[in-house]
Amino acid sequence: MATETLTLGKALNLGLRRALEQDPKVIIMGEDVGKLGGVFRITDGLQKDFGENRIIDTPLAESGIIGTAVGLAIRGYRPICEIQFDGFVYPAYDQIVSQVAKMHYRSQGKVKLPIVIRIPYGGGIGAVEHHSESPEAYFSHTAGLKVVSCASPQDAYSMIQQSVLSDDPIVFLEPKRRYYEKGPVDVDAPLADAYPLHATRLVRAGRDATVLAYGPMVRTALDAATAAEEDGRDLEVFDLRSLSPLDLRPVYDSVRRTGRCVVVHEAPGNLGLGSELAARITEECFYSLEAPVLRVTGYDTPYPAARVEEDYLPTLDRVLDGVDRTFGW
Amino acid sequence: MARGDGGATARGKRAAPRAAKPGAKSTGDPNLVQLLTPDGDRIDSATGPDGTEYRVDFTDEEYRGLYRDLVLVRKLDAEATALQRQGELGIWASLLGQEAAQVGSGRALRTQDMAFPTYREHGVLYCRGIDPIMPLGLFRGVDQGGWDPNEFKFNMYTIVIGAQTLHATGYAMGISMDGKIGGDEGEAVIAYFGDGATSQGDVNEAFVWSGVFNSPIVFFCQNNQYAISEPLERQTRVPLYQRAAGFGFPGVRVDGNDVLATYAVTRNALDNARNGQGPTLIEAYTYRMGAHTTTDDPTRYRIASEVEAWRAKDPLARMKAFLEKQQIADESFFADIDEQAKRESLHLRERVLAMPDPEPLTLFDHVYAHGSPLLDAEREQAARYLESFEGSAH
Ligand SMILES: Cc1ncc(C[n+]2csc(CCOP(=O)(O)OP(=O)(O)O)c2C)c(N)n1
Repeated sequence: MATETLTLGKALNLGLRRALEQDPKVIIMGEDVGKLGGVFRITDGLQKDFGENRIIDTPLAESGIIGTAVGLAIRGYRPICEIQFDGFVYPAYDQIVSQVAKMHYRSQGKVKLPIVIRIPYGGGIGAVEHHSESPEAYFSHTAGLKVVSCASPQDAYSMIQQSVLSDDPIVFLEPKRRYYEKGPVDVDAPLADAYPLHATRLVRAGRDATVLAYGPMVRTALDAATAAEEDGRDLEVFDLRSLSPLDLRPVYDSVRRTGRCVVVHEAPGNLGLGSELAARITEECFYSLEAPVLRVTGYDTPYPAARVEEDYLPTLDRVLDGVDRTFGW
Repeated sequence: MARGDGGATARGKRAAPRAAKPGAKSTGDPNLVQLLTPDGDRIDSATGPDGTEYRVDFTDEEYRGLYRDLVLVRKLDAEATALQRQGELGIWASLLGQEAAQVGSGRALRTQDMAFPTYREHGVLYCRGIDPIMPLGLFRGVDQGGWDPNEFKFNMYTIVIGAQTLHATGYAMGISMDGKIGGDEGEAVIAYFGDGATSQGDVNEAFVWSGVFNSPIVFFCQNNQYAISEPLERQTRVPLYQRAAGFGFPGVRVDGNDVLATYAVTRNALDNARNGQGPTLIEAYTYRMGAHTTTDDPTRYRIASEVEAWRAKDPLARMKAFLEKQQIADESFFADIDEQAKRESLHLRERVLAMPDPEPLTLFDHVYAHGSPLLDAEREQAARYLESFEGSAH
């Protein structure tokens, strides 16, 4: 068993490499993915090793990237599309929600679209506008799409490979502010043994309250849990991993024990994923709850200028504040 | 009459036109309109692909003014790059190499014309009379573009590639609907975008609409040869200016490193638009000398010899050579301008360093014109949260 210490970005790169090696039908397409290796270098070195026909620098046209991937998938390829930044997925929105999501349904299962749409998403990197968005609710709301987000290098490595193997289209959200964070990755373990793609994972056991997070906020939630220890509070933290479909059984069990739940995400709160989580947990755990399920989220503003993003984003302190509120009920 | 007569700029009084240096010939290439060779020799007139003849006649003062613009724009841009390197800006998109395309087209605009920029049009912004500090707020992250687009007739920067061309198209349709076509009061629109943007659906739809509605618009493509790492061949198989034919309006390729030709071609296209003759696509053939933005590493995708070949076509050097050869400007003039550029860039730097971060609660401002109860509640909640730190080191 070979465990290496990798950044999340490098783990994705290695996962993509494995997927390309496994199946000659796997291709990567997007803006700048070839020579440059992507603006975040996630596809670094792949074109050199797999050639221009498999790592394709496309014209600068998001709708075209997704629309042509549909045709390629129909033809038997397994395209992995890179959208350069979250804020630029919208020109492709029609293709994703109207075509990619619905074709299997419309063809009564005859057409499969094994497409992975990779999107570096979320804020916290001091970027200019349109580079820090959290569009997960749009896609999670669309039946026919699956939406996942990785939070650790190990998950990045295996989840990207599992997504490529999926016959369903997957929106794969990469927490860009965590690209450079390191962790252990077992690079030789068979994929079949990997944690299931759509399973929620317990990342910290605790007794007093349950915290749900995914993507970039998992790290923040874990840090908050460490800080909460000083207040004598023992938080249980889950990494959702799959945003659609949701896997909430372990969460229900947890909330029934703790009686308190705080949901954390960067996206605006209004009609965000947190609303859905709060509603479902309330339905399932109503008689066990000591307080309403609380949300700590971005505000309902456009993503603001970078110098105030720390005020917009859920920080460790704001998560702790949410925890305080659930205990103050 | 030559349709391409550049006409007078807004500044200065007309004097007898400078004769072109005898022997300085048009390249004779209708596929590249040029009025100033890389060596700084004037070409009297140049013919575009549809037979339009382009010429300019500036006063000495106007020639010197254009040179001043080029130098200041380059210097301010260099200062911004330096500020980024020192951590004062999050990112910067430099215009290095594209000064002539921007100053030539920017100076060709009349006051009433409306411009829709991308994120790199600092030179056009400067020509519109906007304080050069404005885009630095965006790239520093203290605002999202602070100028008033209506006041300066220069819209906000656009980060989403190509989106602004449709905005420009709609604005131009509005001009037609308002009957603001023709005469000295007539208005026109200019939409800026890059070679990469020509692949976007939005840009092609903008072409379709503008052609169909015969809108008063000039599409100004700065073909700087790259969209981040991707060369032109990744966007098109035909020269970009030829695309216009398929949409039913003229296209012209101009030497984008030649401020005079850029001026002449843009002025002509704007006048045609303003006079009801519909859109033009201008392809300003130029080169981005630096990185795409400060986060980019161009050594991964282009070779040094290519950059060097373009350096020989530098827009500032050729204008300087022209002014020297024709004795329009002397050493003290050049020294003064360099001095002025230094002063202004230093001033810019001081002001950027003094730019305060916005107050946290301002992030709730201007989401809606008529407010929102949800947002009011969130603002209050955030304020209470911030107050809870009062007296602490937060
Ligand atoms: C819709 C969209 N997709 C991707 C990007 C990321 N991006 C920013 S600039 C750029 C290249 C633009 O090239 P070009 O249009 O030639 O303009 P240039 O910057 O070279 O002037 C890309 C891909 C974006 N801003 N918008």
